[in-house]
Amino acid sequence: MALLEVQNLRVELKTREGIFPVIDDLSFSLEEGQNLALVGESGCGKSMTALALMGLVPHPVGRIAGGSIKFNGEDLVAASDARMRAIRGNDISMIFQEPMTSLNPVYTTGEQIAEVLRRHQGLGRKAAWENSVELLDAVGIPTPRQRAEVYPHQMSGGQRQRVMIAMALACRPKILIADEPTTALDVTVQAQIFDLLRDLEREFGTALILITHDMGAVVEMADRMIVMYAGRKAEEGPVDAVINTPLHPYTKGLIACVPHLMDTITEDRPELFEIPGIVPPLSRFGEDACLFRDRSDQCTQKCYECRPAEVKIGEQIVACWGAE
Amino acid sequence: MTDQTQPAPKARSPLAETAEMFLKNHAAVVASIVLIAIIIAAIIGPPLYADDPFEMVWAPFSPPGEEGFILGTDYLGRDMLSMILSGARVSLAIGVTAAFVSVFIGITIGALAGFYRGWVEEVLMRFTEFFQVLPTLLFSMVIVALFGASLVTVTVAIGVVSWTAVARITRAEFLRIRELEYVMASRAAGAGNMKLMFAVILPNALPPIIVQAALMVGTAILFEAGLAFLGLTDPNVISWGQIIGSNREAILSEPFAVTIPGVAIFITVLAISLVGDGLNDALNPKLRAR
Repeated sequence: MALLEVQNLRVELKTREGIFPVIDDLSFSLEEGQNLALVGESGCGKSMTALALMGLVPHPVGRIAGGSIKFNGEDLVAASDARMRAIRGNDISMIFQEPMTSLNPVYTTGEQIAEVLRRHQGLGRKAAWENSVELLDAVGIPTPRQRAEVYPHQMSGGQRQRVMIAMALACRPKILIADEPTTALDVTVQAQIFDLLRDLEREFGTALILITHDMGAVVEMADRMIVMYAGRKAEEGPVDAVINTPLHPYTKGLIACVPHLMDTITEDRPELFEIPGIVPPLSRFGEDACLFRDRSDQCTQKCYECRPAEVKIGEQIVACWGAE
Repeated sequence: MTDQTQPAPKARSPLAETAEMFLKNHAAVVASIVLIAIIIAAIIGPPLYADDPFEMVWAPFSPPGEEGFILGTDYLGRDMLSMILSGARVSLAIGVTAAFVSVFIGITIGALAGFYRGWVEEVLMRFTEFFQVLPTLLFSMVIVALFGASLVTVTVAIGVVSWTAVARITRAEFLRIRELEYVMASRAAGAGNMKLMFAVILPNALPPIIVQAALMVGTAILFEAGLAFLGLTDPNVISWGQIIGSNREAILSEPFAVTIPGVAIFITVLAISLVGDGLNDALNPKLRAR
């Protein structure tokens, strides 16, 4: 049995124009200790997937309309609020995109980590504090004992993200969801954070769900990847297979968009590739048609009439009428 | 922005930073010294100063300075200084307690409305607006008239009519803060609603509430003076407003008898307002240099 099994997940958002699925029939599974990347443009439902896994779909605008999320065989969609609170931060935890604003400014970093330990592990004040100093040390914060008494605004972005990681891993969760953990950081710091995440996640045996639009990060960090488009799965497979032989035109486009540093600057240096068009508005999500059809150069009549079925080709799963 | 390799800076709590900012505001510092002097006088004055404020010691309306009565005597010939000192206790106590009552009611209602949104917010905010449109003086007079003129009723009456501002400020702050990432992060770490409301959001919403509470102490003192002037106060204690009220017949012939308690109220309320202003500057993150 897989650690996490998401089946036919459908999350709907209520807007003024009606109710539309931001996540439309999404299924995937995650094995223990495996690293999965969710890739796609902004507004493709990556973050919403993460929130759905945490049971944090914004209420009452959004709701999980169907499907199941099985964690160790337990359906999280049906779980009670109290049960979800016990799971959040303990079995499944999450780090956010913005380390600058994700820590509470009125508590010291040590207090914030200790708080999680006291809540989930039932540790005493002193034990939790000692433990949080150890965690700060583990995420590579120098002089952790002093640093535990410092307020978030006295730290740099990279250090704050380390604190967030310490907080998320405090209870040794089974799954860590990282929602664009390095987007707001300098490139040099990004590499440090990825190294740290990889080390810790190996040491703690945590499975990682990495949400990103950085193909470099995917190759660095993940075993499997899912490319999402307009709330649907466009392609899924092992990272090297998908990167080397992308089957979906959207995946091909995403990979082609990555600029190559090694190209020499010449007169005829090719312009950067871009995928024409934009993600369709939410009001078109859920149509029984291919939502990528306007941006693809290989679409046929069928793309307008019917939602592409997910087919397995080799190790990859792809949802495109044009794939063979 | 600090560097990874830089030694850890000294931990400075938000409290220390606020204190530093407050000390830069000279008016507020002077005002807090005055306020502290008033509080000390209220605490140690009555036991140190021998005269009983209720005892008639001399001829009525003897002007300040005469026969050793520094502030003169009132319409019954009672020592004014003694009355001012024991009145300070009552006025300050009512001011602080009433402010506390209104902050308690205001935070509870504002927090629930701002956190839960939806119908909870609708109901609570309509309820708040109902209290807002009531004529406050009249409403508190009704409360005091109904439940009898005691210190407790007067305090509760003032608290009950003045919590609406706190509720609206609290709600506004909650609406802003609940959308911030660290609230979502706390939720993702497993915090429940009560925890989020009172341990995560409220400490961040406190600065404007503290300022409002400080200003409310001054308003409450004024309010009590107004009620006492109209005779709606506990006859067994002396408050500044009551001194003014009881001497109002002689407002033209012996102006000092109403001026002295009036000045006491004025100085106290002004000092409290200036301190509140200083707190506002010190607690407002936009004015704070980082």
